[in-house]
Formats: sequence, C-alpha cells, structure tokens
Amino acid sequence: MITVLLILVPLVTGLITFLLKGKTARAWAFISAIVTLVISIGCALTYQSNPASLTIDVPWITQLGANFHFGLDGIASVMCLLTGISYVVTFLSCWKHEFKKEQQFYGLMLLMQAGLMGVFASFDALLFYVFWELVIIPAYFLCSIWGGKRRIEVTFKFFVYTFFGSLLMLVGIMYLYFQTPGTHSFSWEAFKSLHLSSGQQSGLFWLFFIAFAIKMPLFPFHTWQPDTYETAPTPVTMILSAVMVKMGLFGVIRWILPVLPAGVAFWGHFVMILAVIGIVYASCLAIVQTDLKRLFAYSSIAHMGLMCAVVFSETEVGMQGVLIQMFNHGIIILGLWVVVEAIEQKLGTRDIRELGGLAIKSPKLAIAFLLVCLGNIALPLTSGFVGEFMMFAGLLQYSVWMMVVAGLAIILVAIYILRMLQKVIFGNFNELTEKIVDLKVYEWLALAVIVGLIFAIGIYPKPMLDILHHTTQSLLAMNMVP
Amino acid sequence: MGIYHLLWLIPALPLLGFLILAIFGLKMPNRAIGIIGCASIGLAALLTIIIGINFLTSPPTGNFYQQTLWTWFSVHGFSPAISFYLDPVSLIFTFVVTFVSFLIHWYSTEYMRGDEGYPRFFAYMNLFVFSMLTLVLANNLLLLYLGWEGVGLCSFLLIGFWYKEQENCYAARKAFIVTRFGDTAMIIGLFLLVKNFNTLNIQDILTKAPSLWQPGATTAFWAAILLLGGALGKSAQLPLQTWLPDAMAGPTPVSALIHAATMVTAGVYLIARMHVLYELAPVVQLIVAIIGAATLLIAGFSALAQRDIKRVLAYSTISQIGYMFLALGVGAWSAAIFHFMIHAFFKGLLFLAAGAVILAMEEEHDMFKMGGLRKKMPVVFWTFLFGSGALAAIPIITAGFYSKDQILFFALASTKGSFWLWLCGFVGAFLTAIYTFRMVFVTFFGEQKKEVHRKPTNSIKIPLIILGILSLIAGFIEIPKAWGNFAPFSSLMNKVMPQVQLAAGMENKEVLLEVITGIIALLGVYLAWQFCLKSPKVLYNFKTTGLGRFIDKFFFKGFMFDQLYDIILVRPVVWLSKIDKRDFVDRIYEAIGNLGLLLNKIFSRTQNGYLRWYVCGLVLGMAVALTIILFV
Repeated sequence: MITVLLILVPLVTGLITFLLKGKTARAWAFISAIVTLVISIGCALTYQSNPASLTIDVPWITQLGANFHFGLDGIASVMCLLTGISYVVTFLSCWKHEFKKEQQFYGLMLLMQAGLMGVFASFDALLFYVFWELVIIPAYFLCSIWGGKRRIEVTFKFFVYTFFGSLLMLVGIMYLYFQTPGTHSFSWEAFKSLHLSSGQQSGLFWLFFIAFAIKMPLFPFHTWQPDTYETAPTPVTMILSAVMVKMGLFGVIRWILPVLPAGVAFWGHFVMILAVIGIVYASCLAIVQTDLKRLFAYSSIAHMGLMCAVVFSETEVGMQGVLIQMFNHGIIILGLWVVVEAIEQKLGTRDIRELGGLAIKSPKLAIAFLLVCLGNIALPLTSGFVGEFMMFAGLLQYSVWMMVVAGLAIILVAIYILRMLQKVIFGNFNELTEKIVDLKVYEWLALAVIVGLIFAIGIYPKPMLDILHHTTQSLLAMNMVP
Repeated sequence: MGIYHLLWLIPALPLLGFLILAIFGLKMPNRAIGIIGCASIGLAALLTIIIGINFLTSPPTGNFYQQTLWTWFSVHGFSPAISFYLDPVSLIFTFVVTFVSFLIHWYSTEYMRGDEGYPRFFAYMNLFVFSMLTLVLANNLLLLYLGWEGVGLCSFLLIGFWYKEQENCYAARKAFIVTRFGDTAMIIGLFLLVKNFNTLNIQDILTKAPSLWQPGATTAFWAAILLLGGALGKSAQLPLQTWLPDAMAGPTPVSALIHAATMVTAGVYLIARMHVLYELAPVVQLIVAIIGAATLLIAGFSALAQRDIKRVLAYSTISQIGYMFLALGVGAWSAAIFHFMIHAFFKGLLFLAAGAVILAMEEEHDMFKMGGLRKKMPVVFWTFLFGSGALAAIPIITAGFYSKDQILFFALASTKGSFWLWLCGFVGAFLTAIYTFRMVFVTFFGEQKKEVHRKPTNSIKIPLIILGILSLIAGFIEIPKAWGNFAPFSSLMNKVMPQVQLAAGMENKEVLLEVITGIIALLGVYLAWQFCLKSPKVLYNFKTTGLGRFIDKFFFKGFMFDQLYDIILVRPVVWLSKIDKRDFVDRIYEAIGNLGLLLNKIFSRTQNGYLRWYVCGLVLGMAVALTIILFV
C-alpha cells in the first residue's frame, strides 16, 4: 500500500496545486515533497525488513490483462529515494525564485514526480508506459513555458527525440504482449518467462533500447540533452538530470536485461563500444564548453555513458557499482545545479568567461562547489569514487581495452572540472563578481544535504550497497545466457 | 600490545586538527590556529616515536602490527577495510612524515603570519599530512589510493593557495592533472590486481604473487608497470616530472612539505612496498632503474641553469628522487629508503632556509638579486650550508654522503646494476655538487644586493637548527660495510625486505668507489666556486655565444618537456574539441530535419492546382503499380 502512496501523494497534491495561488502553491508543493520523501524513506526501510509488503497487484483493465501491479525491489526503492530527495533539494534551492504562474509550475513539477515514481514502481508494462509518458508531458510544458531563449525549438527537439523513442517502445511492448500465452498479459513476470528466439530478441532489443538510449542519453542519441539542460529552467534541469535520465538505465535494468537476455548477449558488446566512445567524446567536448550548464550536460553524458557500458558487462562488481552510481550521480549533479542556480540568480550569467574570484566574496558557495566537484571527479571518500571504482573494476573484468579507453575519462574529468573551477571560483574578482552575496540559508541547506550525502556514502557505503545487493544478485542470476 | 592500539591515532590526530580548523578556523585567533595545527602533528610525531621505540626494543611477532577499524564496502568477496599496517618500512615513513611535518608546521606559524588565509593554510596542511599518513600506513592498496588522491588534492589546494593569481591556479591544476595521468595508470593496475587476486590487501598480494606468477610473467609485468605509472606521477619522474618545478607557486613551507615529507616520496614508498611484484617483473625493475638514472641526469642539468632559488631546489628533488628510483631498480630497497629519510631532512631544511631568505628579501626568488647574505643571516647561512653539503654528498661529514654513496655502490655492484647506471649516478653526483654550491655561493657570498627585510625569529631558526644537525649526523646509523659493521638501519629494513644481491668480486670495491665519488663532489664544489664567485665572466661570456644561449635556454626550460607536451598532447585535444564544440552529431540530426523540410518543399510543389499535373500523376502511378503487379 505504501508504494501506491509514493505515486498518489504527488499526483493528488499536484492536481490541487493548480487551484492554489502564488506563495501558497510554493509552500504546498514543498510540504508535498517532504511528505513524499518521508514515504520514500519509509519504503527503503520497509524494503529491508519486509520487501513483500511493498508489492500490490489489483486488476485494472481486466479485458486487456493489465493490472495495477506496483512493487519495489532494491534499485527501485533507491531510485524512489533519489526522486524524493531531489524534489526537496530542488524546491529548497529555488525557494525565493518567483516563477510566473507559480501554481502551474509547481503543479506540473509534482505531476512529473508522480510519473517518475510510477516508472520506478511499475511491474506492468502498460502501466510503465503510461507513467513514462506522464513524465515527458509535464517536462515538455515546463521547458516550453518557463525555459530560456530558443525554448520553443529546443523543447520541440527534446519532444521529438523522446517521443520517437517512446513510440518504438510501445511497439515493442505490444509485440511482447501478443507473445504472452492465453488471454495475454502486460505483467513483468509474464514478459520475463517468455521464450523468444534470439532473432526476435535482438530485434526487440532495439525497439526498447532506443527509447532508453535517448533518455540516458547514450552517444550518438545525446544531442537533445545539452540544449535542453541549457534552456530549461534550472529546477527542471535538476529533475531531468538527477532523476529522469536514470529512467533510461532503469528501463534497461527492469525491462531489457531480464526480458531479452539473448538480445543483450547479441548487442551488448556493440552498445558498450558506443558507450565507451561516448564517454571520451563527451568528456572532450566538456573541456571547451563555456556555459556552465552545457559543461555539466556533457559531463553527465560521460558519466551516464560509463554506467551504460558497465550495465551490459554483467559482472557483479560492475553491476553493483552501476546501481549505487545511479543514486550517487543523481546527488552529485543535483549539487552542481544548485550552485549553478545560485550563481545565475545572483549574477545573471552562467558564462565561465565572465565569472571569477567567487572564493573571495562568497566563500561558502565556493567551498560547497569545490566539494561537489570533488565528488564529480570521484575522489576517494566521496560517493562518486565508490561507484566509479566498482564500475571500472567490472569493466576491466569484461574487457581491458574498453576499461583503458574509458579510463581516459578519469583524466579528462579532472581537466574540465579543474579548468572550470579555476576560472569560476579562483582568480581575482571582476566588476560583475565583486557584488556577489554568499549563499542564502535555503541554498546553504540544500547544499549541506548534498555534501553530507556525498561524504556519508563515500565513507560508509555499506547500507546503500546492502539494499542494492539483492537486485544485483537476481539480475545476474536471470542472465545466465546459455 | 598496549601502546600499539593507539596506532589509529597517528593519522586521526592530523585529521582531527583539519576538522577543527575547517569548521571553526575562521572564528579562531591565529595563535590558537597555529597551536592546533602544530599540536595535532606534534602529538602524532610523539606517538610515532613512542611506538617506534617500542617496536625497536620489543618487536611484535612477525615484525608487524595490524589494526582494522571497519570494512569500507564489500562486494563479491572483495572487501577492502579501513585498516592500518605497521612494519619497519611504514614505521620509518611515518616517523619522517610526522617529524619533518611537525617542524614545517612550526616554521609556518611564523612564515604565514599576517596572511589572510592563515586558518585555511593550516587546515590544508593538516589534511595533507593526514593523507600521507593514510598512504603509508594503509594495509590495502585501495586505502593507499585514498591517501594517494588525498595528497594530490591537497597539493592542488596548497600550490594554488594564493588563488587570486591565475598563474598559481594554473600551476596547481597542472600538478593535479599531470599526476592524474599516473594515478589513472595506477588505478588500472589496482583493477588488474583485483581481477587476479580478488583482494587489494598488500601482504596477501605479496605472499600470493610468487605462487601465481612466474618471474617475467606478462600479467606481473602489466601490474608492475601500471603501478609504476602512478609512482612516476607522484614522484615527478620522467616523463611526468613537469609539474614539480611549477609547483613552486605555493608558499615555501608547502614546497618543503611536498618535497621532503609527503607527496614526491609516495612513489618511492609504493614501489618499495610492492617490491615482490617488481622482482617478479625484472624488465619493469630495469625500467625503474633506467628512468631513475635518466631523470637524475636531466634534472641535474636543468638545475644548473635556474635562477629561481626554489626552482633549483625543485630540480634537485627530481634528481634525488631519481637516485631513489635507481636504488629501487637495482634491488637496493633499504638504500632507497635510507636516502629518502636523509633527503627528507636536508631537503626540508633547504626549503625552509630558502623560505627564510625569500621572506627576508620580500618575496624575491631570483638568487642573482640576492647575494652576500652570509653575514646578515648567520643561522640561515650555516644551516643552509649543512643542507647543501648533504645534498652535494660532501664526504664523511654529511649524511647525504652515506646515503648517496650506498646507492652508487649498489648501482654498480648489485647483480641488477651495471656500469652505465653507475656512470649516470656518478655524473649526477658531480652535477649536484656544482648546482648546489652555485646556489650557495650566489645567494650567500659576493656582494649584497638587497637589504634584509625581515629577520628570522626562533620559530624559524629552531626547526632549521634541528634539521641542520640531522643533515650532518643522521648518516652515521648506516656506515659503509668496509668501515665497520654498524648498520642498524639496513638490518631493520632487511627484516621485511630482501637484501641486495652483490655481483661476484664487488665487495671490496666499495672504498675505491667512495674515494672517487668523494673527489668528484669536491671537484664540483670547486668548479662552482671558480665559475660563480671567482671568475663569473667566463660563464657569462659563454652564455652570450649562440650555442651557450641555446644550452642555457634548453636547460632552463627543463629540456623543453612542457613545450613538447603542449604540441603533441594539449593542442590537438583542445583543437579537435574546439572544432567540435557545437557537436557534429547534432548536425546529423539537423540534416535529417532539413531533409524533411526539403522533401516537404518538393512534394508541396506537386500540389499546384493544375489538373493536367494530377492526371499525369495518376497515370504514372497506375503504370508503376501495374508493372509491379504484372511483372514482379
């Protein structure tokens, strides 16, 4: 029952938000986010004590064999937790930001949250698809109404990309549906126990995978992302990059690895090559970006590329690394956006060339930024390291050469992050940055949560790994490809 | 076991100091900051000495003590722990790190007085010492890597300490990124070890490796060379040495810390620690020796042409670490560690003394603008002279002589040594004497060119005197075999490290070699005196010739490695990325979009309202359809 609350709370409160006005809407949405966070923490705890109680399966459209089938396994409960945290942090960081038509903005944000929770909790393919779309539609409006300049064309691009992927996935779902025996079913278990030929599987693989690859985004499907991140209002960018892009990986973990093992066996290596190319490619492009948002967008593409490569390596260490990194990357990138939002709010620019010397005038901001960046570089004792170490260890067990090429990213990430840090927080201040005021209480709070999580997980990742352990085991057990 | 239970406190104390300073530092008076900064390191040093005495008088069983705090994470049977390991090797490193750092901290309380970043400085310095202690005390390579990266981070923060100047930030970034190349190689090496052993526990690897790999095995080769990559980066050896001279941008105590007690010796520690791997990969061990020999020569030549007093010292560090690598490469493990310890004393001293000079000269680094400081700053002069003597390995009276000549002897006499390795070291010793005393004569002799601005106080003088005394006498704990049988240092080391294998007929050549190297060192001092003090004209005239100018510039720029890397690495990457800044993949999608628009344009043309067009289209379509139905 508690699982349903995860979806229901943001859905209902979101709809109510549309009826409220201005600041009330903001406060209402914030309370809602807190409640959802508490529920998601509850779910994660329940998962450890009594996982079976998280599952719910009641008929929905009986004629079609579609059920309200929700449940949380290790990775899903961690992703729901990430969603909960992201919303609280996001709302905190834009606490003083006055959007036009605030009630609509927050209403759409909460609807998107319901969609995200639904994606992670669904064990029914039709349900999954519905929630998948429920995420995109509010995202589309949020970007096209509150976005920056060029928002119409950029949002159009974003929409075409993701919609294209969704359609292919729908075809894939329908195909699988008609393969299920008897009166047909959309349930995950039914899909999983299908006996498909490897030819069918390798075809279906792409129907699903293109949708997921676009979401991640995987090279060469990534070009919507820098534009969208740049144009979208920062709170939306935060949700997109921290949570929504993880839907792609999550889709692979939930719907591709267990359902299409032969397809994975056939195409996995190819996808990994694409991913490894993407890591280096995106890292190189990050070096020359001058807009902070675009820089972090490319950085994110590189990190997601690594996760995508390792998810197909099917090694225990690697898989465990991917799962924990999905959470850690979300937290770290959230921190980066909080800083970007703070800088943009205070100075009205995100252009690296115009910034400088923030450490002198706003030391708190500079320190927080530095710490989050250390997480992004994956220095030991930060959460980024734990995941990255395990992922690379897994990748090396799969293929030494892929690991070596992907390892270039370890160097490149240091280059682009330090170069950016040097320009933005170090150096002397200029006419613009002279006037900067340090972090406000709410910004400070948001960053304190982030930095606390980065180091807590980096120093003692065991509890998180314990939650994810079972998922890893069952994924690997399912994929014993003959 | 008693006192050993406190082992965890040795790294924990500096960490505690860091946390206090990081959280409350801005609100504390400078005096309190200085006391916390020094006391945390001082207590760690004291504890190390107590534990060390315990260790020497009543060694624990098996000559090691291990303390596990908690398991970091655990996946698939691979579970690295936060665990410390104390044996003679880590004991010596811990002692040097804590003791020398303590003196540097003490000195810094005066050196950094009046700097607005006072709390930040001590916080970073404490973190630096903590990282280094974690590195040397770690019982597994992952924890070692944690310390390793922590050291890199602190060097980044401290080299760029005066961050308002973009050049300092650039130097800091360069240090981090260049060493990052090595670190990446190293972590790949770690993954390789995980794959083969499913553990990163150092002792487990060392005991299992010989049964898993034959000497010369390919995997052993890769593991050893990848770890070597990490060592080259941190220890500033060829080809990753370029960051160290630029690292002089930081405050001088930072340079002392990086060069003497922390960071650059990490590579030496790593290789000494993993010695079994290198014995299983003789090719890599030979590479270590060759890199050491080449580096010490290149750095020695570069030091000859520097004008900045700190850059001379920087190149001398690269060169001296080269000696340590040479020793590691010929299997003289104990000699490498001995030279590390002596080097820490005299290099720490030289940097601190140079710092006192720079302070007195109002941040002037160019030694040719100093001169004649001998009389004005006697304590600094005499201690600097002792340090220089040790660096140049002046026979008998300095500690550097005992440590360096041991290495030279083994470079020739070990079964893994050769005449050519010895020759490189020998020429290097000559160069060392020249550039060291060139620095001494130019700075402290001749006419005074600038007034002394700030006289050193006791907090500066006392650390100098302590290190000065050690630079003279510390060598007596390892007397050459030919002189008598007193070598407590190597007998301690040999409890856990294999002894050097001497080639046949080499034992009795030690005295002869010592005489030769002693003479060459003194000759170097004489030449420096001749050309820098007595008749500088000769050198000056040579520098104005075309060849002279070229050599001078070539040496000055450290053999142009920076320029080389700029051309072959930096520029191509930046150039390619710049071209692709707008992402060519996106252009492909744009092209698809444009194709759609184009087709739209073409097809919308057909809808032009003329009946004849439509009829024509219909007929054509039917014709095509019929053809397909009838003939295909």
